[in-house]
Amino acid sequence: MTDQLPGLLTVGSLASAAYITAGLLFILSLAGLSKHETSRRGVVFGIIGMTLALLSTVALSLFGDPGEGNQRLGLTLLVVTVVVGGAIGLWRARVVEMTGMPELIALLHSFVGLAAVLVGWNGHLEHPPLDGALENIHRGEVFIGIFIGGVTFTGSIVAFLKLSARMKSRPLTLPGKNLINLVLLVAFVVLTVLYVQNTALWQLVTVTVLAFVLGWHLVASIGGGDMPVVVSMLNSYSGWAAAAAGFLLSNDLLIITGALVGSSGAYLSYIMCKAMNRSFLSVIAGGFGIEASASKDEEQGEHREITAEETAELLASADSVVITPGYGMAVAQAQYPVAELAHRLTEQGVKVRFGIHPVAGRLPGHMNVLLAEAKVPYDIVLEMDEINDELSETTVVLVIGANDTVNPAAAEDPGSPIAGMPVLRVWESERVIVFKRSMASGYAGVQNPLFFRENSQMLFGDAKERVEDILRTL
Amino acid sequence: MMPARVTKVSFNLTQLGIVAEAGHETRVAATPATVKQLLALGFEVLVETQAGAASSFPDDAYVQSGARIVSTTEAWASDVVLKINPPTNDELDQLQTGATLIAQLSPGLRPELVEDLARRPITALALDAVPRISRAQSMDVLSSMANIAGYRAVVEAAHEFGRFFTGQVTAAGKVPPAKVLVAGAGVAGLAAIGAASSLGAIVRATDPRPEVADQVKSIGGEYLKVEVEEQMQSTDGYAKATSDAYNERAAQIYSEQAAEVDIIITTALIPGRAAPRLITAADVASMKPGSVIVDMAAGQGGNVEGSVAGERVVTPNGVIILGYTDLPGRLPAQASQLYGTNILNLLKLLTPGKDGQLVLDFEDVVQRSVTVVRSGEKTWPPPPVQVAAAPPQQQPAEPITPASEHSGGLGAKGQGVLIGVGIALLFLVNAVAPAPLAQHFTVLILSVVIGFYVIGKVKHALHTPLMSVTNAISGIIVVGAMVQITSGNLLVQILSACAVLLATINIFGGFAVTRRMLAMFSRGGSAHD
Repeated sequence: MTDQLPGLLTVGSLASAAYITAGLLFILSLAGLSKHETSRRGVVFGIIGMTLALLSTVALSLFGDPGEGNQRLGLTLLVVTVVVGGAIGLWRARVVEMTGMPELIALLHSFVGLAAVLVGWNGHLEHPPLDGALENIHRGEVFIGIFIGGVTFTGSIVAFLKLSARMKSRPLTLPGKNLINLVLLVAFVVLTVLYVQNTALWQLVTVTVLAFVLGWHLVASIGGGDMPVVVSMLNSYSGWAAAAAGFLLSNDLLIITGALVGSSGAYLSYIMCKAMNRSFLSVIAGGFGIEASASKDEEQGEHREITAEETAELLASADSVVITPGYGMAVAQAQYPVAELAHRLTEQGVKVRFGIHPVAGRLPGHMNVLLAEAKVPYDIVLEMDEINDELSETTVVLVIGANDTVNPAAAEDPGSPIAGMPVLRVWESERVIVFKRSMASGYAGVQNPLFFRENSQMLFGDAKERVEDILRTL
Repeated sequence: MMPARVTKVSFNLTQLGIVAEAGHETRVAATPATVKQLLALGFEVLVETQAGAASSFPDDAYVQSGARIVSTTEAWASDVVLKINPPTNDELDQLQTGATLIAQLSPGLRPELVEDLARRPITALALDAVPRISRAQSMDVLSSMANIAGYRAVVEAAHEFGRFFTGQVTAAGKVPPAKVLVAGAGVAGLAAIGAASSLGAIVRATDPRPEVADQVKSIGGEYLKVEVEEQMQSTDGYAKATSDAYNERAAQIYSEQAAEVDIIITTALIPGRAAPRLITAADVASMKPGSVIVDMAAGQGGNVEGSVAGERVVTPNGVIILGYTDLPGRLPAQASQLYGTNILNLLKLLTPGKDGQLVLDFEDVVQRSVTVVRSGEKTWPPPPVQVAAAPPQQQPAEPITPASEHSGGLGAKGQGVLIGVGIALLFLVNAVAPAPLAQHFTVLILSVVIGFYVIGKVKHALHTPLMSVTNAISGIIVVGAMVQITSGNLLVQILSACAVLLATINIFGGFAVTRRMLAMFSRGGSAHD
């Protein structure tokens, strides 16, 4: 390291200091997101941290080690890629529909994964000379980094394709799929050992392909309704990929950030699994949908229909209304009319609230974002635990595009495949109106006895059109 | 529009005859409003002159709706005769061969009427035999009449009661609210609870079915639970007879309540049996003078000792016992309208083609249940209909919860083991690994712990913004790529450039979209700024 400034300050030490500060700012950023009030400040912290990290890295590559590298080309590439990448990022962020958030996030995960793979390859192609054990460790790190990155990359691509309906969301069921995963993992371990002993390019290529195949297969075997878990799991992986890169490059900032993101994603996956009353492993191993669909599917009684006009009358005369949206609301793009409905009813003196199940939608917190987009004030959007005890004092519950998350079988039928899953107890209210396209069963393939309850009625058709019909009548 | 309809009448059009009721009955089986809808089903409607007079529906109103006013004989000679009460022998004699009679026949209670009907070449449908299933609710005349009766029972009681129902504080002193006890929280009981509580009274209710507690509460009553082991779950939606232990405890409750309340309304009926005796003469004697009892089961033997069907009785201690059996008929216009709608819904079911042709489909449980006699052949009693009307499955629900906690995640023990293994591993790695690795592990582990604590506090509603922020900051991998981009190896530089490009999309995109999302979240007050 050459001294650029007098005294103890070097570019290297300055960069290290900047990295620690950036890491701290990232922690503050995530902490700020815990509440609506501080969330915007949290993002500002994150941006400052990122700017600091980027500037000090640029400084490091500019002044740090002028040695043998091709600085001019490197810097040109750097500027061009940052400008282009930044422009693409800002453009996508500006045009994305809020209903398309899950796709965007999945796609962004894949970028991190691919970047990690590339960094890993570079770690193979060029690295400072190391001796003995350190060299072995470095090789191991290269492999682990590429592997995690590769799984994240293809996994996220598949998740993106499934979420954007470019690929069937039905789980892929290859015979012996658990065995396939296991074989791929074992092959990875064997390859790593080989690579540590003696590096060869073919091993690198093979492990990359292995990781790609595993990522693809892992997510392809998981059904569309489990996507909240998958997306947060991939979020976690992308963090671990960054952390692995940090080990590879001996960069603490990467490790800190990677670990933060990794644990954040893991925690979200854990919450999602708890909300579906399933173990994380069973979701990752896939196959829930298949077992469930074998369950009893017989008709449980007769459902009754209601018209939009009657619903409007019912709502107008209700004391309190709770709306429980699900993925169907996002599909029908019904959040704007639903928000308008809530607004109009509130103006008429009806107490309107929203009840959000943790796994409603295809992304943790998806419904909240959609409702926020439609200008629903967040203090009337409540979580399942907050609203559940008040449902019994509610006049009307509107179930819009939700099915399994309001299924009484989960609470009452111990033999049901979703038994024990916490659900919104909408059936305790006086009346339930279910917006639905047909009588088909939900994602879990479980018949929903709610539809046949004495106090529930069905309003068939496209959720958006039906809600607009109600608005016209009101 | 009226003459046009009349001239359209052709010979093969089915005629519906609305006949006047005999005796004191004030109701009528069709109102001008339902006549219009009956015509829409393709029927011709004949109304006996003055049939709706007691319900305040003059003949003119029927004519305006498109019906024809006819004589008694002509009305009884129709293809289908609609009626409220069971017909007399004379009336039955006027029916044509092949005619259909729809009325409240209470076939379970009147075997001799069923036999008589079966001797005739007619079809008889008992509207009061509709099964209690969701689909048939719109034809359930027992429910619609019970609803009216329950309301009217409160009105009758209020009429006799010499005090306010609601409590008041006036310049002339304080008025205590009346206390009302409703025995039986079926349709009639619930209507009575609702009416009494909206008048301002303190309302208590009893019922052997614990699942009605919520319904009672929801309309302003207080449910008095009879604390015995046995619980009753009805399979057909009606109440059943109760056990001795239950009856003993219930009797105790009634005695306690009788001494305290001002008004008692009893609605306890068990299908096909005499009404259970709930209030004894001793209970009545313990009530305050001026108290009122309405025994809605007086017609079936009475829930109250001393009540007389159809009569107003005053006991020696000044308690008024009303045994009126014509409570729905005391709101004739409303009762006729609801009864008429029940009949209309049954006829809708029976004329699937809306062409005025009655079709009786025995595959359909509703149509099977109401049919007492089909073309002179006795079809009573119908096979029983099992209805899971009430879903009180709280008991099996509870044991699931603890079980699910074990299957859902790891138990506390498993977690402890995992943590122990993790710490041991970490210890080993750090003990064996050379210098930089150990330091990296330290950073990693501390960051993971911090991450879990920080994320654990994030509100569920902010999980999507959280994901996009973590997405943006995981773009920090750009730092790794940037360090490599100034390498001397061109391939490395190109690969790094690709990595930088991807990671920058992430960083900028992630932060921008998060800001956009957070800007949308607004609190109630600032929602429209």
